[in-house]
Amino acid sequence: MSTASGAAGAPLLELREIGKDFGSVIALDGISTTVRAGQVTCVLGDNGAGKSTLIKVLSGVHRPTRGELLLDGAPVRFGAPREALDAGIATVYQDLAMIPLMAIWRNFFLGSEPTTGWGPFRRFDSATAKDVTRRELAAMGIDVRDVDQPVGTLSGGERQSVAIARAVHFGARVLILDEPTSALGVKQAGVVLRYIARARDQGLGVVFITHNPHHAHPVGDRFLLLNRGRSLGDFAKGEVSREELTTMMAGGDELTRLAEELGREPRS
Amino acid sequence: MGRPARADERVAAVGLWRRLLVKPELGSLIGAVVILVFFSAQSQVFRSLSGIANWLDVASTLGIMAVAVALLMIGGHFDLSAGVLTGTTALTVGIVAVRFGQAIWVAIAVAGVLALAIGALNGWLVTRTGLPSFIITLATFLMLQGLNLGLTKLFTGTVQVRGIAEAPGYHSAELVLASTFSLFGQQFRIAIVWWLLATAVATWVLLRTRFGNWVFATGGDEVASRNVGVPAARTTIALFMTTAGAAWLVGSITAVRLTSVQANTGTGQELIYIVAAVIGGCLLTGGFGSAIGAALGALVFGMTQQGIVYLRWDADWFYFFLGAMLLLAVLSNRAVRRYAEAARR
Repeated sequence: MSTASGAAGAPLLELREIGKDFGSVIALDGISTTVRAGQVTCVLGDNGAGKSTLIKVLSGVHRPTRGELLLDGAPVRFGAPREALDAGIATVYQDLAMIPLMAIWRNFFLGSEPTTGWGPFRRFDSATAKDVTRRELAAMGIDVRDVDQPVGTLSGGERQSVAIARAVHFGARVLILDEPTSALGVKQAGVVLRYIARARDQGLGVVFITHNPHHAHPVGDRFLLLNRGRSLGDFAKGEVSREELTTMMAGGDELTRLAEELGREPRS
Repeated sequence: MGRPARADERVAAVGLWRRLLVKPELGSLIGAVVILVFFSAQSQVFRSLSGIANWLDVASTLGIMAVAVALLMIGGHFDLSAGVLTGTTALTVGIVAVRFGQAIWVAIAVAGVLALAIGALNGWLVTRTGLPSFIITLATFLMLQGLNLGLTKLFTGTVQVRGIAEAPGYHSAELVLASTFSLFGQQFRIAIVWWLLATAVATWVLLRTRFGNWVFATGGDEVASRNVGVPAARTTIALFMTTAGAAWLVGSITAVRLTSVQANTGTGQELIYIVAAVIGGCLLTGGFGSAIGAALGALVFGMTQQGIVYLRWDADWFYFFLGAMLLLAVLSNRAVRRYAEAARR
């Protein structure tokens, strides 16, 4: 597990004091962090911390109200998800952005279908699409039986893996993963974490959103903690332990009080 | 096996049977065969060439619409104005040709522009407001119904337009839209060719083009497809324009063939298109279905309608049959999909 020490040069993606309001609600405020090639930046936070809003800002769904987004050191503004995609920022959403009733190969190329032929006979090159899907999934070590089967028949971990493989194939430089492990069992989550590490080793900058420090700590190089739309800190790997992450995320005192409260009940 | 694929050995376990069952058109194919056998066994007229030409004719114009409506349903929407729009286009052809004395092709072109504009309006309203297409197109359905009657009365003083055959260029239009061709010594309507053509083009677009992929995606999960860069709004508008375009074709065929058009033409047909599409395997929730299935659904409809006439049954039974078939189709679609998707996890 060699972590690229790519401190040199501009980061792939940099957030400077990003903020987002929805009417009078301040959903995000003062968020700063960096995403470097070959590194995993984890965004940690409880429900309602602003993780989803942050993803939507990064992936072009929302425009930030304040602050700056820098791609390769140059400021950018995305008006639509397509623009972010074209800039190499791919997002794997919690709801996966896959269509359950459609075949894996159709999903794999959805929105970026290869075509063949000319003029009115330009058509979806299904042979190439199936072939590439099969190859890319195999390259990521994903074992699906048949690329013709509907995505709805895959398990949660398999779906996440297919979505990651898709992003990697389409030349993503930054891969944003929205809670990819949250709905999964221990074993399946391990599988997905392994794909995250693999994407990182291929030189992608990964933004890994999660509420689970146990998933974040082993793969993360940088940790951004969110609470109620604000940053609790942006740490490099050596600066923070798993225990500290857990404590900060849960609001340490709250957790201690909860433990006491729950612990007392059965004894009385 | 169905397809020679260089896949691993676990694929074989899925089997031909399950592979066939996930095809949306399977139910309508079985239904069509059963009905064909049933009526053919009962009625000699039904299985004669003239009988076949008859029920194919009924199925053809219905089929053109059912195929377009199926695409729209796969894309996740309904068009209740599709039926009355065939009337609107037929009346427009008639009024422009007869009242304004234009050549028939000019009249057909005007009707086409109008139909596509109405389709675009439907699509734009649906994508813009996010309201269910059911409500939006119910509104356009009612408005068009009123306009059809009101404008026909305004222009002709009656509730019909007649005398289309006198328009300049009528014969060439008749050749393209309303002629017959001979096969095995029997005359068949040219509309049957249009129906087959529409089915073939729709199937090709659906399964072999980027647009087809977007149709399935938009109907399957609009938000998810937009997130991966599918132009969902444009796809939806294009689909509404497709049903409007089909209504234009059917309206033109009707106007040219009958040479007089009633103001209430097409009203009530919209539900039958949806029924044919559902019999053909379209899910009401979108994202699944087939153009071939919808064409077969229309065939089931045509055969039943004519078969009941040939057997000299009371025509009232027709709707009972249709309802029963619809129920059967919906239940079997549901069961088949569950079966096909289960046990593969």
